[in-house]
Amino acid sequence: MRYLPLTQPDREAMLTVIGAQDIDALFADVPESARLTAPIAGLPNHSPEMHVERALGVMAAKNLSAGTVPFFVGGGAYKHHVPATVDAIIQRGEFLTAYTPYQPEIAQGTLQVLFEFQSQVARLLGMDVANASMYDGSTAMTEAVFMARRVTRRSKALVSAGVHPHYVGVLKTLTRFTDDEIATSTPDLTPGKPGDDLDALIAAIDAQTSCVIVQNPNIFGHIADLAPLADACHKAGALLITVVTEVVSLGAIKSPGEMGADIVVGEGQSIGNGLNFGGPYLGLFACRDKHVRQMPGRLCGETVDADGKRGFVLTLSTREQHIRREKATSNICTNSGLCALAFSVHLTLLGEKGLRNLAGLNHARAVQLAERLGRIPGVELITTSFFNEFALKLPTEARSVIRKLAERQILGGISMGRLYPGIAALENGMIIAVTETATDEDFDAFEDALDEVLA
Amino acid sequence: MNTPQNPSPMNSVGRVTRIAGTGAVTETYTGNRGLMLEEPLLFERGALDRCGVDLPEIPVVQDRLAGLGRADPIGLPGLSEPETVRHYTRLSRQNYGIDLGIFPLGSCTMKHNPRLNEKMARLPGFADIHPLQPQSTVQGALQLIDTLATWLKTLTGMPEVAMSPKAGAHGELCGMLAIRAALEARGDARSVVLVPESAHGTNPATAAFCGYAVENIPANARGRVDTEALKARLGPDVAAVMITNPNTCGLFEPDMIDICAAVHAAGAFVYCDGANFNAIVGRVRPGDLGIDAMHINLHKTFSTPHGGGGPGSGPVVFSDALAPFAPLPFVRKTKDGFELVEEMQARNSKDHDRSFGRMVAFHGQMGMFVRALAYMMSHGADGLRQVAEDAVLNANYILASLKDVYTAPFAASGPCMHEALFSDDFLAGTGLTTLDLAKAMIDEGFHPMTMYFPLVVHGAMLVEPTETESKASLDQLIGAMRSIAEKMLADPDAWRTSPHLAPRRRLDETGAARKPILNFKDLETAAA
Repeated sequence: MRYLPLTQPDREAMLTVIGAQDIDALFADVPESARLTAPIAGLPNHSPEMHVERALGVMAAKNLSAGTVPFFVGGGAYKHHVPATVDAIIQRGEFLTAYTPYQPEIAQGTLQVLFEFQSQVARLLGMDVANASMYDGSTAMTEAVFMARRVTRRSKALVSAGVHPHYVGVLKTLTRFTDDEIATSTPDLTPGKPGDDLDALIAAIDAQTSCVIVQNPNIFGHIADLAPLADACHKAGALLITVVTEVVSLGAIKSPGEMGADIVVGEGQSIGNGLNFGGPYLGLFACRDKHVRQMPGRLCGETVDADGKRGFVLTLSTREQHIRREKATSNICTNSGLCALAFSVHLTLLGEKGLRNLAGLNHARAVQLAERLGRIPGVELITTSFFNEFALKLPTEARSVIRKLAERQILGGISMGRLYPGIAALENGMIIAVTETATDEDFDAFEDALDEVLA
Repeated sequence: MNTPQNPSPMNSVGRVTRIAGTGAVTETYTGNRGLMLEEPLLFERGALDRCGVDLPEIPVVQDRLAGLGRADPIGLPGLSEPETVRHYTRLSRQNYGIDLGIFPLGSCTMKHNPRLNEKMARLPGFADIHPLQPQSTVQGALQLIDTLATWLKTLTGMPEVAMSPKAGAHGELCGMLAIRAALEARGDARSVVLVPESAHGTNPATAAFCGYAVENIPANARGRVDTEALKARLGPDVAAVMITNPNTCGLFEPDMIDICAAVHAAGAFVYCDGANFNAIVGRVRPGDLGIDAMHINLHKTFSTPHGGGGPGSGPVVFSDALAPFAPLPFVRKTKDGFELVEEMQARNSKDHDRSFGRMVAFHGQMGMFVRALAYMMSHGADGLRQVAEDAVLNANYILASLKDVYTAPFAASGPCMHEALFSDDFLAGTGLTTLDLAKAMIDEGFHPMTMYFPLVVHGAMLVEPTETESKASLDQLIGAMRSIAEKMLADPDAWRTSPHLAPRRRLDETGAARKPILNFKDLETAAA
């Protein structure tokens, strides 16, 4: 077996050194009734590389990959072009096959990358300090709610109707057995401001409110000025948590930090990471300096070595589970190190100028497509202020439209019925994302097909 | 004694062991030392207007940004492509990885990461598909998840698996939420979770996250759970026992069947931390021991890369008692293919009708699923059994080869599993500790073992070689560890400040925590 270096003579020589008669002697602690005497039945035996490659290749070929068709699906995961350099760097064995940098003298590569990543994320989100990444955006949002509870010593969270329903689902799951109160509402498709309930949220803030959670751009692509909401939160002693699921937007629109957010969480997949059918992705998490000791997740900090040379270490680990055990700020152990590296490399290649150009291109292309589709008879453009994603109201149920588009080899967006099953008022809604990867030919094909399906 | 022409002493494998003198060169203009290249921060190198990406022209449109355009500079430096490649390549060379040598980090299972797995995960049919595409366009992806689920259920002997948890600790959370949901469903509120002293820190943190009080169960003199103490503590307030098996001392819990039966008799559940499944895969099915839930770290047992701290993946297998409470989404076979059940409302069948809900956006770590399945198919049922056997053999070889020098607290009670536990007791009186020993290993070109864990052994050193190390590699590690120990005992004062040959010497961690500098802005402020 190609991954196992020991030869049979090696094994015998080693057993002699150990003083064991055979390998079974090393498993003597296993109760006899649980010992397996042969390979587990029902599974194939080992395979040559070429056979594995063939079998998995057949499975992969059954999927319609985004790069081969007109593609307009978003909803928290976006198809952006990832430069070839990104993948070449994350495949370097020194990054790929390293562990968490617990021995900093021989992990300065990972540590400096994390320090740079934290710096890039803090600037992008307009915040003081960012951590070294979390599992994904949805789990980062739940961690933010728990952090707000620690900071304010209150337990009522108000969730905007514009927050991604999967994110809300995760929050509900993880607060099911706690005494947190999670106030949610169902979005409506008011033209011009779908899912925008900021005035209602402001009215609902009271002395028990720990935080208000709002997504910008929201699940329908709508963007809003959060400054009035931030003011209202701060007057009441509550924190504003802002969720960003499309971070490329921050090259074009004001950052949550500039609008007064106290905690910003996000899904960083858009930069440097492929779609990967939903994972692995990376959660972004940033806050104000004054709250850093209540922050979850790993943090990398600058220091010096015994010779006075600059170096980096994991720091403030007294917040974390391996030290604090049941009193830790979170049970999280891993971050998304390699995805954070990919994010950082891509953002380094872009720089400020490239990010602004990329964001400008996404926006302009989305405006072009929104205006074209909005002219199709019976179709209404619901989201009028947006970055690269918008909602349409169709004259018919959107799930079947998406299906018919897929039959025509067009991945045309997300039906709201999939995200909000059982809510009749949303069944005709469709969410469409446009990135720099979509061509004019893709636009033509999409418009023609939608026209045809709706006719 | 004959003086050879070349004064560098050679060891038995012909390697120069003395560090060559620096001759006239004691310092360099650049700070570099040959191939060891210093690299400034991105923020010291890049510029806001430098860019390594070419994009098409932006069409002119009337913007729809509602006056929310970002006007102020963001402060993101850029680099051209060649500068980017060089920046990260130089940084990479300051890292140790499995690709460079043995990485015997106990409890972490740093085994070889096969490159076939990387290649498979990058097939566009897996890497370039969206989680919310129509299900008819991702049947191969759902098939892959279903196939991996079948492997995991078969290898563990458990009837159900939840695929979505993002890492081991997330899997623990998944398992404990299912336990809590099952208890609440039968109207049986319980308040306490029992955790052995030797547990990973994630276990008590997870139990606390689920609203339970955590109580420790002591270890016995043989490094196992004190079964009698555990049984004595069971009662109507105990919701679950979280046990790692093989445990964090690298030992199999021989009373596991008995413990599970007693826990069930008391109306509680057994959560098994599966971090050490690598030691028993193919030799023991945890389901045969009577457990109710166990997470599987795909990044340990099934070789998905650790990537400098993630991403991981932590599917959780469940017993029949917990299966109805497993999270959404899940994949099921239908007559037409595969279906991804995402929402409670969309469900027609009776299974999972009491799911505790969603743990993540989308469906889990697909990229890791592909890698893990490629690894499993490569090894097969027979190869995975050999994996466990070689992992255990390698660890016992290290234990047997070092226990006359290193203190091995549980060696007298028999063989270990996949990792060998030592302590620094043998250094008593020298003033040297586990930390000094680990740092000395760095100068020998090794990544050190896990230090100071498990907590039940003072000055613990946990050595996990994994099955992907050759005998020659182990012999070199053993030789180096013996040599370091002997030199430390002979001349302790020479060993208090290692490493000397790594990219950095010991770092001031206390200073870093006292006045945290967490990003480049802080660095500018600190310098001002």
